[in-house]
Amino acid sequence: MTRRVRLIVFAAAAAAVGVLLVVTVVGMPPFGNAFHPYRDVAVAAAIAHQTANVVSGVNYDLRAFDTLGEETILLGSVVGAAVLLRPGREERERTEVPEDEPPLQAVRLVGYLLLPVTLVLGLDVVAHGHLTPGGGFQGGVVLGTGLHLLYLAGGFRALERLRAVPPFEVGEAVGTAAFVAVGIAGLAVTGSFLANVLPLGTFGSMPSSGIVPLLNVAVGMEVASGVILLLAHFLDQALRVERR
Amino acid sequence: MSGVALATMLVALTLVAVLGTAVVLTADPARQAVTLSVFGLALTVLFFSFQAPDVALAQLAIGAAVVPLMVMLALRRVRRQR
Repeated sequence: MTRRVRLIVFAAAAAAVGVLLVVTVVGMPPFGNAFHPYRDVAVAAAIAHQTANVVSGVNYDLRAFDTLGEETILLGSVVGAAVLLRPGREERERTEVPEDEPPLQAVRLVGYLLLPVTLVLGLDVVAHGHLTPGGGFQGGVVLGTGLHLLYLAGGFRALERLRAVPPFEVGEAVGTAAFVAVGIAGLAVTGSFLANVLPLGTFGSMPSSGIVPLLNVAVGMEVASGVILLLAHFLDQALRVERR
Repeated sequence: MSGVALATMLVALTLVAVLGTAVVLTADPARQAVTLSVFGLALTVLFFSFQAPDVALAQLAIGAAVVPLMVMLALRRVRRQR
């Protein structure tokens, strides 16, 4: 395709998208008004299942099956990246990784101070996913990312000493399997996949909203393991793998 | 909606537009990882001001930390090869 043809195709597509955008924006309900049909339905459904955090009610109860699909996409991406980033035939892994220049004292201090705080925050976000904003995905990402403060503060060797890869491979698999297991429990007990099988509890209390906290923990485990594995493979490629 | 909330939304939207353009205009990939991280931070503020704290939390960790880190590590590997 020549530059001229590309420009013409782009101009036609951009004009069409532009017209559709304008038509859509003109037809939208006014910004910040009180007309929210989806909210009215979703909030009522979440409250019926004693779920204080309606977003979690939507993600792990009303459309838990979609969330399982999203979780599987993440699993697939992590496995795909791991396969692509493994050392090739013409590459080998160094056993001894040269240590980088030590980071600034300030970075070390802040890193070591924030490491435990971040990990506790991540666990808190997972554990209270059905009550307050956040949930398994958000908490899992905070956990998986937060662990790498150890890399910033202590370097690659400190990270490797505390973060062995195999347990997180198990965590990735178990987290995904646990989600499916909860779904199958619903199928066995009520006849519908991922239907609630646990007591709903009291609105706003720690044990409430049925299977939602359980799914939050499963997703938290899977996402945290996934982020850690993904970064582990990138770190290995950046620091350890070299040409023969 | 309060005036303060509306003002915060407009500021956040403007920041996202400006920083998004800055990411596109950054030519060097290593510098782009840094502008991408700042852009991720601006998106976090945007999501929070539009009352989506859970999305903001995910954006903060993924967009401002994990993705720039992956870009940096990939660049380091590519440079070592040369």
